[in-house]
Amino acid sequence: MSSLDPRINRLDLLRQEQNASADRGKNENWPAFEVFHQAKRGQHHKHVGTVHAPDAQMALVFAKEQFGRRQTCVNMWVVKTSDIISFSYNDVDMFETTPGKLHREATGYKLRDKVEKYKQQQRKKADKK
Amino acid sequence: MTNAIKELILKMADDALIFGHRNSEWTGIGPTLEEDIAFSSMAQDKIGHAWALYGILNQHLGDKEPDTLAFDRKASDYKCCQMVTFFTWDYAFALVRHFLFDHAEYLRYSSLANSSYQPLAQLAKKITGEIKYHILHADTWMQSLANGSEESQARLQSALNEVFPLAAGIFEKGPFENKLIEQGIFIGEEALRNNWIEKTKDLIQSMGLQIPDIEQNSEAPGGRYGHHSEFLQPLLDEMSEVFLSEPGASW
Repeated sequence: MSSLDPRINRLDLLRQEQNASADRGKNENWPAFEVFHQAKRGQHHKHVGTVHAPDAQMALVFAKEQFGRRQTCVNMWVVKTSDIISFSYNDVDMFETTPGKLHREATGYKLRDKVEKYKQQQRKKADKK
Repeated sequence: MTNAIKELILKMADDALIFGHRNSEWTGIGPTLEEDIAFSSMAQDKIGHAWALYGILNQHLGDKEPDTLAFDRKASDYKCCQMVTFFTWDYAFALVRHFLFDHAEYLRYSSLANSSYQPLAQLAKKITGEIKYHILHADTWMQSLANGSEESQARLQSALNEVFPLAAGIFEKGPFENKLIEQGIFIGEEALRNNWIEKTKDLIQSMGLQIPDIEQNSEAPGGRYGHHSEFLQPLLDEMSEVFLSEPGASW
C-alpha cells in the first residue's frame, strides 16, 4: 500500500493495521456532545453541530476549533447528546393541527395600519431634512 | 539595539514556524477527527505567528520578505530551539512537547505584551489569547490521559522523561540578553524559565506525574546559535520544496 503523500507512507499504515486489528472496538466510541455557539453577548446560543469527545471538558476544547474558528464567537456551550430530552417522531401528530390554528397567530391587528402610517410620516420627515 | 531585537524576534519566529510545520504533519492522521482538526488548527496558528514576526523584521527592521526568511535560509541560520525540530510519530511525544512548549510560549508572549518595543508588544497582545487556547488544549489532554489507564499514564510519563530535557533549549540565552532586559524589551530567558518551571511543575505534580530532575536537565544544546539536530534539514527540504521551485514567484 503506497500513497502519493509521503507522510502517509512514513506512517506504515498496513503494519499498524495488522497490529491494531486485535484491539479494534476497544474504547473506540466516545459519546456525542451537542455544540451551541454564541456570536454576540446577549444573543441566544445557537445549535451548530456535534463533536465526539471522552468528556465534557474535552468536548468544549474540540468545539472551539470545530465551530468557533471561522465565525465571530464570544461563548460556547456543550451538552451531552444523551442528556437532551426530545419528543419522538412517532408523536408528530401532536403538531399536525398547528398550521390550522390561525386564531392563535398575532396577525390582523388594526394597530398595524396605524404603525405603518406613523412610519411613513417619519420617513417623509427624514427625507425633508 | 536593532541587532538585539532582531535576534529575539527571529528566534521566536523560527520556533513558531518549525513547531507549526512539525505539528501540521499530523493533519489527516490525528488520533480522532476532532483532535486532528484542533491540532491542525493550532499548527496553522503557529505559522500565523511566524508570519507576523517575520513581518515585523521586514517592515520595521529592514530584513527580507517574510517568505524569503521562512523558506530560503541555511539550516544553521535558523535560531529555533532544538526541541521543535524533532520528528516524531509518537502522539505522546507530540502532546507533551506541545504542553511544555506552549506554556513557555504563553509566558513569553504575556510578558512581551509589556515590552518597550511597540510592534512586538502589540503583536503579543493580539495573539496571547490564541496561545491561551493552546495551553487549554494541552492541559485538558494531559489531565485526561494522566487520569486514564495504566497505559496512558505510562506513555505520558515516558514521553515527559524524553521531552523534558529538550525543553531547556527553549530558554537558551542569546548574545544580547542583558541589553534586552536593560531596555525593557524582554524579561530575559532566565526569568522566563523560572516562571515556566513554577507553572509546569505545579501542573505536572497535580496530574500525578513525576517531574524529571530540573537541575540535571538545564543544559541547552545550541539551537539559538544555529546548532541543530539531524531532523531540521529534511524538514527544511520538504517545507521549502514549493517555494524554491520558483523563488520570487507569487502564489
